[in-house]
Amino acid sequence: MDFRVTEDQAALREGISDFCEGRLPFETLIELGEKPLDRGLWSEVAELGIFSLRIPESDGGLGLGMAEAALVFAELGRRLVPGPLIWSALAAPLFPDVETGGRVVTGLDRIRPTSDPLLVEHLEGSDTLIVLEAVGVRKIEISDLKATPIKTPLDPLTPMHLVEVLPEGEVIGDAEMSKRLRGEGALLASAMQLGICEATLEHATEYALKREQFNRPIGSFQAIKHFLADMLIRKEQAMAAVYAAAATADGRGVDDLERVTAVAKLIAGEAAHKNARQCIQIYGGMGYVWEMPPHFYLKRELVLENVFGTMDEHADRVAELLAERAAS
Amino acid sequence: MDLRYTESDQAFRSELRAFLADAVPAHGAAPFRHDWDARRAYDTGWQRKLFDAGYAGINWPKEYGGRGASLMEELVYYEEMAHANAPYVPINFVGTRHGGPTLIAEGTEAQKEAHLAPILRGDEVWCQGFSEPTAGSDLAALRTSAVRDGDHYVVNGQKIWTSFGHCSEFCELLVRTDPDSKHRGITWIIMPMDLSGIEIRPLPTLLGESDFSEMFLENVRIPIENRVGKENDGWRVTNVTLRFERGTAWASDIILLQQMLGSLCNLAKKITRDDAAAWEDRSLRREIGHLSAEVDAVWAMVKLQVSELAKTGVPGLGGSVIKLAFTELNQRIYELATRLLGRAGLSRDDVAGLPSEQIVDKYLNTLSLTIAAGSSQIQRNIISERMIGMPKEPRHTA
Repeated sequence: MDFRVTEDQAALREGISDFCEGRLPFETLIELGEKPLDRGLWSEVAELGIFSLRIPESDGGLGLGMAEAALVFAELGRRLVPGPLIWSALAAPLFPDVETGGRVVTGLDRIRPTSDPLLVEHLEGSDTLIVLEAVGVRKIEISDLKATPIKTPLDPLTPMHLVEVLPEGEVIGDAEMSKRLRGEGALLASAMQLGICEATLEHATEYALKREQFNRPIGSFQAIKHFLADMLIRKEQAMAAVYAAAATADGRGVDDLERVTAVAKLIAGEAAHKNARQCIQIYGGMGYVWEMPPHFYLKRELVLENVFGTMDEHADRVAELLAERAAS
Repeated sequence: MDLRYTESDQAFRSELRAFLADAVPAHGAAPFRHDWDARRAYDTGWQRKLFDAGYAGINWPKEYGGRGASLMEELVYYEEMAHANAPYVPINFVGTRHGGPTLIAEGTEAQKEAHLAPILRGDEVWCQGFSEPTAGSDLAALRTSAVRDGDHYVVNGQKIWTSFGHCSEFCELLVRTDPDSKHRGITWIIMPMDLSGIEIRPLPTLLGESDFSEMFLENVRIPIENRVGKENDGWRVTNVTLRFERGTAWASDIILLQQMLGSLCNLAKKITRDDAAAWEDRSLRREIGHLSAEVDAVWAMVKLQVSELAKTGVPGLGGSVIKLAFTELNQRIYELATRLLGRAGLSRDDVAGLPSEQIVDKYLNTLSLTIAAGSSQIQRNIISERMIGMPKEPRHTA
């Protein structure tokens, strides 16, 4: 057992981090808000290898695993990179031109029966929609869709369209593939949530040291210190859970993949949500201001929470699997 | 990122598992909680069996009679102890996990010779004399004084929370040898418990058990040769045992907790509420699932911490994070379990075929975990100051 991040993996993450720092500082991000996907930026993101990461080398990809993907997506989450990143990563092995950024794929998770409205993220700027259903995977060209833009999406960096009726499209995968893609999606989403845990802790830490009241940095008060300690613990828990799921997906685990994936999405989701909330609280009045970072994390976290299974759904599944094990 | 154990780790596991499969049932059930002679015999007897089989002092160096296991083997050891439901040996805890390791690191040859083998064999039971009525979270404020008189220290003061004080042979005692200095005025001494001037008064816990005691020391004469490390260097000596703390401290407990959640599922199927099994209540299932996921995450944290330590040799501060996360989680899980028991939880003895004793007593016990060995609040201060970099709390000198 060596559960650590390897040097190569760390270098990969560093590369993504450097790109985001140079190309997508917070001021730039805010300006991207609510505009359709910037395809130029998308191509640059694709050049980093994000979509070819898990494609075998024989097919022109990087031949890496879920461990590397999780690290990369954690960094994308930490930097609030916009776009249907997870959907395109899931779809990359299915379409030849996703890797290069030539085709942008968004998606809908309809595996579980629901009356939820058909809200599609980043529809404008995408080329293809994939739909995960219990029976299989369908592909629909965006040009075949009738959709109305949502005037005020919750996450300003994740524009939404409402689709009234889904056309038939084309079946491109069976039930098993649909389930597998949803699991991979849950894992990548949990990685992005981990990134949100990290970023909100970093922002809150910086603010708690800088902001002074009663002639002291607010970070010298135990009330704030203990908030931050809780944020760190949640971040560490999320990291361990996400890494365990990624290692398991790569065949380097000791537990059932379905269980560890559900655990990752649940733990990272809860951690991201609570950390984003506490980050806003530590910022005080400034946490309620549009041009400050904290609310962007909370809003992105809610986008991630509501796809590939919510915390509640995953908690239910973990309980079922636990009960099955205990009964046998 | 690889969670798989090596073949040699797995071979160690099989060998240990085979030993435990016979040894655990053979050792029988734990004795009645108030029968101290039987409890001591049960705990030290199990320690002796571990010793004879080569599993005592799992992380102690071989030259001192330990197994000298690798970190991963140690993790496997705790996994298997939990899976086999092996006896937990609180009476041997201070000796094997604290006093012994301190002697290994800082003791003289004579001290090692005298104590290490007897501790490992279960012949010598140790207790801890650290906390005082006015020195808890602020341990370095301790006041029990030791004044030199020829080749002895004359010790006066009072200690508290001395677990198993009444059935120990030795005490790891912290005393103040310099009243003008705080952290640098403390000395670490081995105190034989049969000296005159030591009075042990039982301090029953909220469980009604007398594991704890208060220890009153009046003109106790301890030979200077019993000092471990230099005079006034006891604070550092105390902290060397942290080097033995390899992030595995809670490993067995974490696995037991996951097993407990599994049995809680079975219990929920047995207990009925409103004409249906409690398990039919989705909110209960969801809560169990949530807690189970958290246990998994804490377990993964341990593996991350242990992997880091195995490669770098630096224990880091992850221990505080794991301690805090695990102990609070443990409390929440037993709180849920007592809620599930309902009125059956008003009995601490098994009633109507329900495991009240196991659940309610354990619940009450979990209340101590967030207080002992650095309260949750102190842990949060440590994490915030040393890991996140927040300004330090004001520290007044003595």
